[in-house]
Amino acid sequence: MDKGKGVMGSNARRWAVDFSDNSTSPSSRDVPDPPGFSRASIDQDDSTLSRQKKDAESNWKSQKAWEVAQAPFKNLLMMGFMMWMAGSTVHLFSIGITFSALWQPISALQSVGKIFEPYKDSRVELLGPKLLFIALNLGGLALGVWKLNALGLLPTHTSDWVSSLPPAQEVEYSGGGLNLR
Amino acid sequence: MAIRVFLIVLLFLSFTNLTYSLYEDQVGLMDWHQKYIGKVKHAVFHTQKTGRKRVLVSTEENVVASLDLRHGEIFWRHVLGTNDVIDGLDIALGKYVITLSSDGSILRAWNLPDGQMVWESSLPGSKASKSILYIPKNLKADKDDLILVYGKGSLNAVSGVDGEVLWKKDFSGESIEVSHIIQSSDVIYVTGFVDSSKISVYGLNAKNGELLENNHAALPFGTFGELLSVSGDMFVVLDEMRSKIVIVHLRNGEISYNQKHISDLTKDLAGQAVILPSRLPGMFALNINSYVLLIKVTNQGELVLVDKVNNGAAVSDSLSISEDEHAFAFVHYGDNKIHLSVKNVNDWNHDLLKESIVIDHQKGKIDKIFVNNYVRTDRSHGFRALMVMEDHSLLLVQQGEIVWSREDGLASVVDVTTSELPVQKEGVSVAKVEQNLFEWLKGHMLKLKGTLMIASPDDLAAIQALRLRSSEKSKMTRDHNGFRKLLIVLTRAGKVFALHTGDGRVVWSILLPSLHKSEACENPVGLHIYQWQVPHHHALDENPSVLVVGQCGPSLSTPAVLSFIDAYTGMELKSLSPAHTAAQVIPLPHTDSTEQRLHLIIDDKQHAYLYPRTPEAIDILKHEFSNVYWYSVDADNGVIRGHALKSNCIQEAVDEYCFDFRDLWSVVFPSESEKIIATMTRKSNEVVHTQAKVMTDYDVMYKYISKNLLFVANAAPKAAGEIGTVIPEEAWLVIYILDTVTGRILHRMTHHGCQGPVHAVFSENWVVYHYFNLRAHRYEMSVVEIYDQSRADNKDVWRFVLGKHNLTSPVSSYSRPEVIAKSQSYFFTHSVKAIEVTSTAKGITSKQLLIGTIGDQVLALDKRFLDPRRTVNPSQAEKEDGIIPLTDSLPIIPQSYITHALKVEGLRGIVTVPAKLESTSLVFAYGVDLFFTQIAPSRTYDSLTEDFSYALLLLTIVALVAAIFVTWVLSERKDLQDKWR
Repeated sequence: MDKGKGVMGSNARRWAVDFSDNSTSPSSRDVPDPPGFSRASIDQDDSTLSRQKKDAESNWKSQKAWEVAQAPFKNLLMMGFMMWMAGSTVHLFSIGITFSALWQPISALQSVGKIFEPYKDSRVELLGPKLLFIALNLGGLALGVWKLNALGLLPTHTSDWVSSLPPAQEVEYSGGGLNLR
Repeated sequence: MAIRVFLIVLLFLSFTNLTYSLYEDQVGLMDWHQKYIGKVKHAVFHTQKTGRKRVLVSTEENVVASLDLRHGEIFWRHVLGTNDVIDGLDIALGKYVITLSSDGSILRAWNLPDGQMVWESSLPGSKASKSILYIPKNLKADKDDLILVYGKGSLNAVSGVDGEVLWKKDFSGESIEVSHIIQSSDVIYVTGFVDSSKISVYGLNAKNGELLENNHAALPFGTFGELLSVSGDMFVVLDEMRSKIVIVHLRNGEISYNQKHISDLTKDLAGQAVILPSRLPGMFALNINSYVLLIKVTNQGELVLVDKVNNGAAVSDSLSISEDEHAFAFVHYGDNKIHLSVKNVNDWNHDLLKESIVIDHQKGKIDKIFVNNYVRTDRSHGFRALMVMEDHSLLLVQQGEIVWSREDGLASVVDVTTSELPVQKEGVSVAKVEQNLFEWLKGHMLKLKGTLMIASPDDLAAIQALRLRSSEKSKMTRDHNGFRKLLIVLTRAGKVFALHTGDGRVVWSILLPSLHKSEACENPVGLHIYQWQVPHHHALDENPSVLVVGQCGPSLSTPAVLSFIDAYTGMELKSLSPAHTAAQVIPLPHTDSTEQRLHLIIDDKQHAYLYPRTPEAIDILKHEFSNVYWYSVDADNGVIRGHALKSNCIQEAVDEYCFDFRDLWSVVFPSESEKIIATMTRKSNEVVHTQAKVMTDYDVMYKYISKNLLFVANAAPKAAGEIGTVIPEEAWLVIYILDTVTGRILHRMTHHGCQGPVHAVFSENWVVYHYFNLRAHRYEMSVVEIYDQSRADNKDVWRFVLGKHNLTSPVSSYSRPEVIAKSQSYFFTHSVKAIEVTSTAKGITSKQLLIGTIGDQVLALDKRFLDPRRTVNPSQAEKEDGIIPLTDSLPIIPQSYITHALKVEGLRGIVTVPAKLESTSLVFAYGVDLFFTQIAPSRTYDSLTEDFSYALLLLTIVALVAAIFVTWVLSERKDLQDKWR
């Protein structure tokens, strides 16, 4: 590179290609427009059209955001149904469902920003959908926790805490008994 | 929560596997069974030309057995009851083995080849007396071969064919102590002493028992010991000073006697003489000090000293080798060898046999010798000798070599403890690993074949052989699961054996020198064996050791003997013969810096002696001085007393390791209505996992877990005897649960119409006991569970979340917590010899009761069957919790006998030891036989089963990987094709 630069600096330019895009700059328009192409009309409608388009897009975005925000609701219903199907005894199926019911809202909550990323816009109010999304997911989480409790897997009873406690040490020691033999 | 899930998983496992049976091909994989007979008392050879050569023996464990003379194996064996002591053994009619037992009141005939009982006759009598079995040759009464039996004060003539009593002569009216029965043609002479100074002879007609004559002869002095027959009509006996030999001559019923001083026979010997009970024709053996004198009695009644043997050991009975030739064997010791001589009785200078044998020192001296002859090809006589050793083992010696030996001392195990094996050393050779790998793969390929059912019968046999002789289980190193251990057993002979749990072989054995007879210690007996040093953490380079406590005699007032044995090598590290006695040994829950456990030995004067005798031990004890208590149970007076350490002993000799006790409390049971028949405590090394018991509604009951609890069973004094001696109204059983620190009675319950014997087991917060219900005519088992009510108000979850509870802080018995007891009773079919409970490393696994039944088997019964929460109609939630509907009797599931098809004959005790693997418990049952197995009360939930097919797993994984690879290639190819399209 340095070498080339040195060569370039000392010698006169032999040839050059200008890669700068000059299609929009009228000053450098030395090539005639193709027939039937009217540059003026584009230039003219550009601002209004883009505004309209942007409005439509933001509308669409906010609509979509609300849709996304409401999506967990369907999930919630389905989960509820599956939990009801799973019953209240502890087995592989019910534990699987419960844990997926817990995991889905949590993973969704973790990626709230990412989910609403595509709909990010200065003109789109995302707070509402986000809040709804979070609320619904929290609802799902609550449902999962409720199910967990219904299965008896939450340490809400004394027994859950006491079971792991070792027996108390004794202060005194006593031995003896019948005489040997 | 993890615990909860775990428990639930456990619960499910326990639901799915209600039985714990074994498949046929699993027998012998983890269990072993050893058959013994005990110390031989009598031996009769049966070496006819035809048929297998055998020796018939009866033993001190009340076993009558037929042993293969070639290999020492048992052909057949019968274990009689503990009260059915065998007094005589002989062969009748050449085909029946006759045994006389129960003080001469039961006579049985067993078929010689197969041991089936042919007949049994009961010979009742009123007077306790010596019992004599005498089978005369060629004595017939009405074509019946006669067997003469003296027992319970009467002489019975029994037909050898069917055991019918042909005639009976009662001597219980006379005060004669019969010592001999002699037959001369058709007259039977019964001789004996009256008041040890008057000889009496009765002559009876052999045909009908008619009394023909009766003669007496009074000796001018008393006699010592028993009359010994030297020939058909001559007897010898010692006088009461044990300095004269009296020769009694009996001729046609006439009695004459003469006497001779022992000092006339030999000048240089003085001391207490004893006539050895060997029957030699025309001779007898006399033991003075360590000398054995062989004295010949001439026909004229003169005594001639034939030989004087130093270090004499044993003299056999004589053996008729031809018409008038009689041989006998005697052994004596010299230069580390045993010299066996067989001599002709009539020709003293000529040895029929002279051999020297080297016998393991750990077998001790020779106790008894039995001799048998055979005719060699050159028509000379060969001899074989059966020797009973001091350690109760049995040897057959032939041609100067030990043909076989049996460790029959193991039939009388007194106490058992365990020891870990050494840790495996680093550095295993590569070749060994490769060999192992190849073997491993081969084994697993075979197993895979078995799993896929493509194995041929040969393969199946190879699989089974591979499983049975797995070298893994008999290694001499510690294993990861803790299945391999040493069982250290103390036998009645004072010998300590270490048995490997893998295959039951004897790793080492030592006949304790400190339990040898000596002048200071005349009849030493080993009592108990304790773990003395169990190195864990900081003393791993030391070998573990055990403590054997014995005493110098059967009474409590004889001094103690302590012996310390290295558990790896079997060497006696040291032995102590302290001046004090050992009434009780209390292992304390403290160890010193070398992990030696502190022991308090309490003597009969209520002093406590601390061991080990080091200043460090004193410091440790001083630190815990006020917390060490001791209780004594005085069953004779019905008193239980509690004591606490007070101060150093106040004695003439200052001993800082001796401590005095002060009495704290006593519980006196009313002697007119209660008598202590059984006590039981928890095992001191038991581990309890949790203090809470969770009810179905998530409620918690707190177990009252204390090591200082004592279960006491008292029976009505009238009903303390055998079942059937009292009516139900006179019998009751009162059970107590006491705190042995404070003397507080936690629970008391009366079972009316019930009586002992009581067998109990105490574990965690419950006690299970077995007794007899006279009203229902059935055995019953009851369970009592004790719960701590003072902790019951710990119900707030937040206190646990924040850790603000005091459930794990140390508790004192003086806090007098309020307890409640729940109990329930059930009928049980069997009478019981022993009850134990499984113990596991962390106490998480559910428990099983191990019941030694009267049939000498061990039954595993789930503790869930003995649960006071059982109701007739449990709710759904209770059922889910594993509560079994209440039934009136406990089920006996045939598959849950852990001894499966085997019997532990003469079962006396069951020992359980936790393995390192939480699910598994090691069980050792001992009696005349030994049995060992591993059991998993909740199945092996924490490890793969032994027959798990690793090869199948490997194959599955390989197949899956291959499938993944193939599908990946296929999908790549498809993708490429899609792109080209």
